[in-house]
Amino acid sequence: MFMEHLSNGIALGSIYALTAIGYTMVYGIIRLINFAHGDLYMVGAFLTLTAITILNLPIAAAMLFGMAGAALFGIAIAKFAYSPVFKAPRISLFLSAIGVAIFLENFAMLVWGPETQSFPEVMTNKIYNFAGFRMSTIQIIIIVVTIVLVSVLSYIVKYTKMGKAMRCVSQDMDTARLMGINTNRVVYFTFALGSALGATAGALVGMYYKAVFPMMGFVPGLKAFISAVIGGIGSIPGAMIGGMLMGVSESLGAAYVSSGYRDAIAFVILIIVLLFKPTGILGKTMKEKV
Amino acid sequence: MLKVQGIDVYYGGIHALRDLTFEIPAGKIVTLIGSNGAGKSTTLKAISNLVKCKGQILFEEENLLALPSEKIVGKGVIHVPEGRRIFTALTVEENLDMGSYLRKDKDGVAKDKEFVFKLFPRLKERAKQLGGTLSGGEQQMLAIGRALMSKPRLLMLDEPSMGLAPIVVQEIFSAIADLNKTTGLTVLLVEQNANIALQLADYAYVLETGSITIEGEAKALLTDDRVRKAYLGEA
Repeated sequence: MFMEHLSNGIALGSIYALTAIGYTMVYGIIRLINFAHGDLYMVGAFLTLTAITILNLPIAAAMLFGMAGAALFGIAIAKFAYSPVFKAPRISLFLSAIGVAIFLENFAMLVWGPETQSFPEVMTNKIYNFAGFRMSTIQIIIIVVTIVLVSVLSYIVKYTKMGKAMRCVSQDMDTARLMGINTNRVVYFTFALGSALGATAGALVGMYYKAVFPMMGFVPGLKAFISAVIGGIGSIPGAMIGGMLMGVSESLGAAYVSSGYRDAIAFVILIIVLLFKPTGILGKTMKEKV
Repeated sequence: MLKVQGIDVYYGGIHALRDLTFEIPAGKIVTLIGSNGAGKSTTLKAISNLVKCKGQILFEEENLLALPSEKIVGKGVIHVPEGRRIFTALTVEENLDMGSYLRKDKDGVAKDKEFVFKLFPRLKERAKQLGGTLSGGEQQMLAIGRALMSKPRLLMLDEPSMGLAPIVVQEIFSAIADLNKTTGLTVLLVEQNANIALQLADYAYVLETGSITIEGEAKALLTDDRVRKAYLGEA
């Protein structure tokens, strides 16, 4: 049984990790907790579902459609909801983020309806047994997709020109400008990337639980945010570690402690980690500039 | 080359630059000296369009105020900010690469990197090290080297001597003098250390609470009574 809970936890942890990366990337660039990120995860799930049921796309193409669509949503949000208040006090940006979250939830209810929609069976789900380590097809897909996307992302951040520009902007926006970096473009690119990853997570969850609904992003969004904080907000490897830690302990906790406390476990881990390392597992000590 | 004409900058209610006017001829080293809070750094930020400003700033007859910062960099107006502001989490070489962010001429970039390594051999020794592990003097060299990678036509240096040992300051200032002499690079040097700035520069402006109060040949200002009293620490 333990092995089964562990594989459930790893699959769940992959989802949290993918979503947490979006939070952490956006925070790294503009120091904003994008509270609408969980709703982009939901929009991604709906767009993928629409691509399957209405456009009759195969699942891989449908997921790419969902990613691209969510990326456009992300850019639009950055442009119309965050850019105008960018120079205002941080609280305005924060309120704008909450506004966007409410907007997206209602937008989804308007377009796709408030009911839970079932996600079609897109593949035959078999159980594989690797020496006692039991995993279903969908769990394997979740883990593989996560590994592929995280590798692509790491490559982009580490080796491409845009990735280097992202690292510079996250460290020092004014100096990045003095290098000739178009910082607006970097901000939009970051939102697009983060939203696409969140959308993938949403689509995978839709497939996993076979259900998609307008409020589906709220709790996972909150937990992914906590994962990002646990890992050290602003750090991409930190978000992955935080997400994995969260998924595995939630799954094991639900099995061995009580499934009623499933959602509380996230907060318990958060409190424990922050007590010992207030900046998160991989977080850097913030130096306040005087 | 650069003409700053009647610019005003406000920080909230504070009038930081008041109708400031000065100019920099091509090929010269011009220094802007003044005490803390006189508006020296603000002047450079206004030229780079990092702060909002009213008035006119002409670089070869083109108004820079209409351009975003990254386009100004593209024109060859390169700003080395106060406190060096190198990217501490990037290696020395990656920092230099960021300087050439806008450039497409790979050969030219490679040649300029050679040139920077020759000018500051210590950067070559530490090419693979993270920027944050360098000493203050080396970080200043890196900041200047990074700016040289942007193919500057006007190099603006904000307090390059700040917090450095006198011998390191000498090294950096002689590198600037060399650059000016051998490549004809135009330099705008902002300094609190008036003595060393006036020795290096051709022409000098004294900035006080946001406007120019004294100007003249740098060598002449070295012996000017008002400058000596206020900025050179002599009675």
